[in-house]
Amino acid sequence: MSIDQIRAQFPILSTRVYGKPLVYLDNAASAQRPQAVVNAYDELVLSKNANIHRAVHALSEQATKAYEDARDAVKLFLHASAREEIIFTSGATAAINLVAFSFGEAFVHEGDEIIVSVAEHHSNIVPWQMLCERKKAVLKVLDIRENGELAVESLENLISERTKIIAISHISNVLGLVNPVREIVTISHKHGIPVVVDGSQGVVHEPVDVQDLDCDFYAFSGHKLYAATGTGVLYGKRKWLDAMPPYMGGGEMIQTVSFAGTTYAPLPEKFEAGTQNFNAVPTLVPAIDFVNACRQDNEVAAEQQAIVDYVYDALTSDERITLYGVPRGTKFPLFSFAVKGVHHEDLALIMDKMGIALRSGQMCAEPLMDRLGVTGLLRASFAPYNTLEEAKYFISCLNKAIDMLL
Amino acid sequence: MTLEEKKQQIIEDFSAYDEWLDKYEYLIELGKSLEAFPEEKKTEDRLIKGCQSRVWLDAQLREGKLYFTADSDAIITKGIISLLIGVYSGRTPEEIAADDFGFVAEIGLKENLSPTRAGGLASMIETIKKIAANG
Repeated sequence: MSIDQIRAQFPILSTRVYGKPLVYLDNAASAQRPQAVVNAYDELVLSKNANIHRAVHALSEQATKAYEDARDAVKLFLHASAREEIIFTSGATAAINLVAFSFGEAFVHEGDEIIVSVAEHHSNIVPWQMLCERKKAVLKVLDIRENGELAVESLENLISERTKIIAISHISNVLGLVNPVREIVTISHKHGIPVVVDGSQGVVHEPVDVQDLDCDFYAFSGHKLYAATGTGVLYGKRKWLDAMPPYMGGGEMIQTVSFAGTTYAPLPEKFEAGTQNFNAVPTLVPAIDFVNACRQDNEVAAEQQAIVDYVYDALTSDERITLYGVPRGTKFPLFSFAVKGVHHEDLALIMDKMGIALRSGQMCAEPLMDRLGVTGLLRASFAPYNTLEEAKYFISCLNKAIDMLL
Repeated sequence: MTLEEKKQQIIEDFSAYDEWLDKYEYLIELGKSLEAFPEEKKTEDRLIKGCQSRVWLDAQLREGKLYFTADSDAIITKGIISLLIGVYSGRTPEEIAADDFGFVAEIGLKENLSPTRAGGLASMIETIKKIAANG
């Protein structure tokens, strides 16, 4: 596929902002949707709209099939061993909250400990803090090294007999570093502790094999993966999902209901209470198809690497700029940086007027900002539809904006 | 200059620029020219809540008039607060409290700021109004 062919699949990319062509570099916050995703959504709403799993009529069956086909597609995408291990949620945040609540109900008691890393997104911190508050448990924090990598060597010291679960991200949404998930899982499992992986960024940029990683839970959001918003996935090993109580009660998740006592549906419905987002969940299928097509394409890979190399060189050769995390030779197209003497918000505001969409601020990772000693950063994150030309425009605008501000 | 004249002047200054980047240049210059704000005044109670960047505002009542000084760690925000205090500093609390701050919408400041920044602008205006109301 040529980049032009990819761009043609994303109508929004021809948008102009303030009269200038849109350069969308906030993909780590939310990606754009290809036409195939929009078409799938349209078809579901316009001709297959009915509540799933319940009725016997034709529309309901078609809607149910589309929804359950998405489960099979996600199972394949994550290399899960069974479709029952794929739970649909509204996003990664909901998926992590589900684990924090249900796992916490079953396994976390007063005085127990939970480990998260300092580099987590708020969505992989706050649900655990809330669990700790509820259960009077203790949250322990895995630090990073000076270069931003997780200090895996100190994990053993953090683990105690009271450690019940460890939550880390696959790829940091700020530092663009791939965490050594398998190593962390190996250490944790030696102590019999399950690992939750926030895969919000990871699933977008790396082929994920949950059986190979051997993680116990893996969560991601559809909207960062080119699917419709309001879709998300929780993968969980069957042994844990079976042992956890339901998160929410309601329709769909029950087997029989009576005032004498209610029994719950088997997996995966046990964790899918209420009417599901059946118009949007099936858009995960064309989204995954798009991701797979990009991954198999040499032209896309070459353009992405050219972008990453160009931006890395430009940011690291400028003495005014400090790049956080991102290692030399990186393949991951996400760059968080600060400019000496310039506020990130000023830069983002000026570059917005140049047509460039960036993220500025704390990026939902306040503890990490404190750890790095900054009040916020600027982040540029690229997707396969971004071009080297856009990367060059971004760098030239960044220089212009810095000159305006200094 | 009366309050009305001052507001009119700013509306004219702003309309001289077609491009938003030029308006930002103007705000940046305003921010840079703001008189120094003493470090010891950068206290929690002078911090305006609701801004992405930090903004401090201090007000002194002298001979029945309010005099504002301010600072921010972001230069465009500093330009905006500079613009506001340039208009309202040296006015009586009654005059400020009675004003509708409509010129801010007229120069397009509100629509051309990101929602978080617009929220910050609203907080700045609220704070000035509150100070004026408390006399």
